[in-house]
Amino acid sequence: MIDWCDKCEELMQPYLDGSLSDAEVEEAQHHLELCSWCAKRFRFEERLRHYVRVAVSEPMSAELKAKLSALRTPLDA
Amino acid sequence: MSDTAPTAADSRRLAEEARARVRFEEEALDLSDQVYRVARRLVGSREEAEDLVQQTYERAFRSWKQFTPGTNLRAWLLRILTNLNIDRGRRQQRAPQTTPLDTEAGDYFLYNKLEAQLPEENPDEDRVLERLSQDSIVDALADVPHDFRDVIVLVDIGEFTYADAAQILDIPIGTVMSRLHRGRRILKKNLADGVPV
Repeated sequence: MIDWCDKCEELMQPYLDGSLSDAEVEEAQHHLELCSWCAKRFRFEERLRHYVRVAVSEPMSAELKAKLSALRTPLDA
Repeated sequence: MSDTAPTAADSRRLAEEARARVRFEEEALDLSDQVYRVARRLVGSREEAEDLVQQTYERAFRSWKQFTPGTNLRAWLLRILTNLNIDRGRRQQRAPQTTPLDTEAGDYFLYNKLEAQLPEENPDEDRVLERLSQDSIVDALADVPHDFRDVIVLVDIGEFTYADAAQILDIPIGTVMSRLHRGRRILKKNLADGVPV
């Protein structure tokens, strides 16, 4: 007997990455429609990825930006 | 004078090259925010990230002719950056980075732990996510061993494809995928461990 929740946990990352085969996507979706417990964990993972991306984003300082611009080849060179 | 004077064709070629160079530099500078954002999470400190980005642009502007127009400039810049990072001696740290990962938890572990800490039954996912602070995420990512972290930073933060990440890090795509899978689990384990009980 397959434990579909375990199977879905294994498929979650590749599912969200879009790297599953069509057959596997169908299997996962079928289970997610029936199982709100797994569906919730999939939604959480999706939001977590976005949240992590935003949380660790640190803008570049204006000083560094100016330094990089100054590295450009002068136009008259 | 007449022997060395540039011909009209030479002048045209030089002018064209100068224009291509200006274009290259502008395009590269337009990507600097994105390059910095990735660099900042590949290394431990802001100072290191700034040095590394500056060196990357110095090298990129020097070797701009090696870039093939029409290919992914952002990935090309990141390739230079990761090579410079390795040159700075990071490779020496490789040995102790092979942490045993047998304590690795599954993909639902973080959610289960956070949800269990909330008083209500069956809370909304956003309520669960709110348990994580920005600082805890930065720390949890920094604590992921760097072979795994590099891949997470490129794919999940920098939004590079598996193929680009493989090229930047000079590793097979299969390795990118397996490190990403494991790295995300380590990240979630770190996040779960960092949550106050």
